[in-house]
Amino acid sequence: MGVILAACVALPLLGAALTWWLRRGDVGVAAAALALLAAAVLPAGRGDGWWHELDLAWAPAIRLDFSLSVDGVSWPLVVLTALLGLLCCVHNTRAGGPPTLTALLLAVQGASTAVFLADNAVLFFVAFEAVLLPMWAVIHRYGIDETRRAAAVKFALFTVAGSLLMATGLFVAVADAGTADLGAIIAGGGVGEGVSLLVFVLLALGFAVKAPLWPLHSWLPAAHTAAPTVGSVLLAGVLLKLGTYGLIRVAGGLAPDGAREAAPVLAVLAATGIVVASLVCLAQAELKRLIAYSSVGHMGFVVLAFAAGGEAGIKAALFANLAHGLITPLLFFLAGAVKDRTHTGLLSELGGLRMAAPALAGLLGFASLASLGLPGLAGFWGEAFTVYAAAERGGAWFALAVVAAFGAFLTAAYLLRMLKHVSHGPPSTAVAGIGGVSAGEAAVWSPLVAATLALGLAPGPLLDLFATGVL
Amino acid sequence: MDLFAWALVALPAAAGLGGLLLRRRDHAAWLGVGAPAAALVCAVVAGFGNPVTAFTLADFGSVAVSAALDLSPTAVAVAIAGALVSTLVQLYSVAYLRDDPRYIPFAAQVNLFCAAMLLVVCADDLVFLLIGWEVMGACSYLLIAHYAKLPAAPGAAAKAFLVTRFGDVGFVLGVMALGVSAGTFRIGELGEVSSGVATASMLLILFGCVGKSAQFPLQVWLPPAMAGPTPVSALIHAATMVAAGAYVLTRLLPVWPADLLLVVAIVAAVSMVGAGLCAFAATDVKGVLAWSTISQVGFMFAAVAVAAADTALFHLLTHAAFKALLFLTAGVVIALAATDGSLATTRLRPRSSPLAFWSMTIGLAAMVGLPPLGGFFSKEAVLGAAYEAGTPAGVVVFWAGIVASIVTAAYSARLWLLLFWRGGGEERLAVPRLEAVGLWTLAVGAAVTGALYFAGPLHVPELHLDLMALLLIATAGGLYVVADSWWRDRARDPNRLLGRSKGPLARGLYGEALTARATRTTARLASGAAMLLDERLVDRGAVEGSARATLAAARRTALGHRGGLVRYLRLSVAGTLLVAVVAIGVNLWV
Repeated sequence: MGVILAACVALPLLGAALTWWLRRGDVGVAAAALALLAAAVLPAGRGDGWWHELDLAWAPAIRLDFSLSVDGVSWPLVVLTALLGLLCCVHNTRAGGPPTLTALLLAVQGASTAVFLADNAVLFFVAFEAVLLPMWAVIHRYGIDETRRAAAVKFALFTVAGSLLMATGLFVAVADAGTADLGAIIAGGGVGEGVSLLVFVLLALGFAVKAPLWPLHSWLPAAHTAAPTVGSVLLAGVLLKLGTYGLIRVAGGLAPDGAREAAPVLAVLAATGIVVASLVCLAQAELKRLIAYSSVGHMGFVVLAFAAGGEAGIKAALFANLAHGLITPLLFFLAGAVKDRTHTGLLSELGGLRMAAPALAGLLGFASLASLGLPGLAGFWGEAFTVYAAAERGGAWFALAVVAAFGAFLTAAYLLRMLKHVSHGPPSTAVAGIGGVSAGEAAVWSPLVAATLALGLAPGPLLDLFATGVL
Repeated sequence: MDLFAWALVALPAAAGLGGLLLRRRDHAAWLGVGAPAAALVCAVVAGFGNPVTAFTLADFGSVAVSAALDLSPTAVAVAIAGALVSTLVQLYSVAYLRDDPRYIPFAAQVNLFCAAMLLVVCADDLVFLLIGWEVMGACSYLLIAHYAKLPAAPGAAAKAFLVTRFGDVGFVLGVMALGVSAGTFRIGELGEVSSGVATASMLLILFGCVGKSAQFPLQVWLPPAMAGPTPVSALIHAATMVAAGAYVLTRLLPVWPADLLLVVAIVAAVSMVGAGLCAFAATDVKGVLAWSTISQVGFMFAAVAVAAADTALFHLLTHAAFKALLFLTAGVVIALAATDGSLATTRLRPRSSPLAFWSMTIGLAAMVGLPPLGGFFSKEAVLGAAYEAGTPAGVVVFWAGIVASIVTAAYSARLWLLLFWRGGGEERLAVPRLEAVGLWTLAVGAAVTGALYFAGPLHVPELHLDLMALLLIATAGGLYVVADSWWRDRARDPNRLLGRSKGPLARGLYGEALTARATRTTARLASGAAMLLDERLVDRGAVEGSARATLAAARRTALGHRGGLVRYLRLSVAGTLLVAVVAIGVNLWV
């Protein structure tokens, strides 16, 4: 199975190179499809703990090994990445987008998959950095004209600053533990108590930028607003997950003692982020920017659940993380479809979508309901049990549970406001006469709709999968 | 048996989700009527076995959510009412929305709504119940916003969802606190929670139920919600949504600390009397009925306040029958009179449509509580339970109930007189057949639900002859006051009895306008502050500020490297001197 592990990483990267070389988008689609297939067969022959491992020496002098492994925590994220990668490639190819963009998307996909699968601290760092370059290029080259350069620079600088701190943290951890094998350090109970808090703070700062945790989030709205639709989809669905995955698996795993000590700070920042982001959304005038800010709120739930800890907290964090990775990309796809048709994202210029394109409005309504955490859809379980995990800690944490529950109410408020502006009322001049949902679009979006519904109705299997993970 | 229990919820849910994808109207109509009808059959069959079934839905380690259904006899009774009303509403809608282009999603959403209510009724796990609870809220949002051309509809829909969701902040917190303390969400296993946790969590859950049931102080969403099509109002007001709050409270009665029931009593008393007065002042047909719902649900809360769960459910059932009848009839009357439903213009001669007339008469008489109709028995039971309780809560709801009965009689009589006895067109008007089926069935239902008093799964207090007399006197008093005003001056609306408070009461004492304004202002201020904090302070201040500071530092540093030869010479001389002085100093020191 080691070969398949490598294939999950190599197929998208190979596809990226071929797509770029041959200038053909369909090659990229094929590579992404194969990568999804490879990711899908990973559970075959699994046991508890690590399912499969692959270990190849690369540069032993700097403790860099090409070692990949997969378990119940990383596999869902690998599948999510492969799925979103495929959908983005299909979307871009179908819309006649440039093949270079497809190649860049595949590069992001490959590098992100490597992050999720990496079992070596140095490899993790290398892969984490490798994601940045193609993503920067996606925003810088294919973004919206006025803002793309500034947004790309902000994104890159923020992320690099974060990753340098993260790298320091990783190297301190490696020096302390004497090995770069993540699984081994986690199994050994993390780094020594003396450096634990230092390691956690350094790592958490890096991941908090990526997640993003308030107040380190301000690159996100700019990047999302400037990025093309597929860029936003990968940004929300995959890149943010690198941050939360790193926080839970790497920061929490390498420095559990430090995590415990820093938890109140993380929790307060996360709760502040939920409320501030929701309030900003309530006054937001642009569709994509609104969805971008909503991500800050949703990731706040993930971080809060992680900080609250306990089995319920960790599971809630992982679940909310994955649910956000399905729902927000769907919202970005839909927002992109609206913007493509109407050539505006301003809420004041939209309206009456329900009359002009009922299916599109229906899907937007579905995605909004999912995003506001409607029970029975994927968004509910993670966020409701964030409240539970915080309440379980008792004492002052109950106040954070109240904040989280109130944040869920604010989420409903701003999404209904968005729907009121976009879907209801008489069709505005921009909206009148736009086309409905095409079969191709429906094909790209339906997996996300189906997965949102399936995870909402049957969260059990995924939660059981998380329970087998190595944390 | 378990299969029927699951089918009860799953059939309408699947029909709802699948119905959204349909293209043809007749398919949607068949699915729309068929699914709740099938659910009705399942509920009846399940009534013979009362199955209890559960499996683990989500395991969060320290606590697990089970998909648990408990079809106790009372749950079956409420489920039958819910499924029956949904079936009739679907049947009615086929005719009522015959020219509506958005009928297909409408029928599907009604089915989802029905499934959600059935889930709330049957669920034995609080988080599982929450699924139905909130899906119902979301469906109400979709259904109230149904009319695309009605400018008020989207706002009313959002208000309904947001106010109930605001209540749900409390509900979710209460459920989670209970879960943490009891280690389970199963309603049947909640026995051992400490009194502190029980107090806090039940107050939080009460807040959610108050929101869902549109009780004081969260009643603001219900009157505007009539912007939805009339069958939706019937659904929301009768056996679903508003009834759900009272129903959940009855399920959780064993956890309530006894002294706290006074809070429920106060909520019930204010809602019963206040909403009754608003109904008396309201200026349109559906408005009267909407306020009357708040008042009647107040009776259910009153029964909860004296720990009489079955009595509350009894009133829930009779109310479901007569309120569904009243709303469906109101839709017919408004359509026949061809008005917008304003009481000033809507009028119909009894001879024009005997069916509409008699349906409305039976519905109103049942609501007023005239024997032998359903409402009479259930109200007597509520008052009897309050009387027997002998607690402070009992005293509060007893007297509030008497006053509310007077008011109920008054507003019902007013509506009846204004609708049918002010003339109108002479011609005979036909009611569409599918709508007539609903009216006939519900009229019979409203008349005979009182029989549940004598036979059925509910345990209600014995009849008290003295209370019965008191209730009838109160009712007669209310009727008399209105009749007297009517005979004196037929040209004037009997609500003139309210004097100057008429205007404010008709607008719900401005509760809606005031809360709307307060909410808007708060939201604007809060989001303004958040924008300031986030964009000015964090983004432009800290982030871009640090970028600017770095650039400025870079420029300074660069300047230092761009001096002329003389400057460099001076600097090196100064540096050499400094080093020399330090070196000598250190030498002397050592």
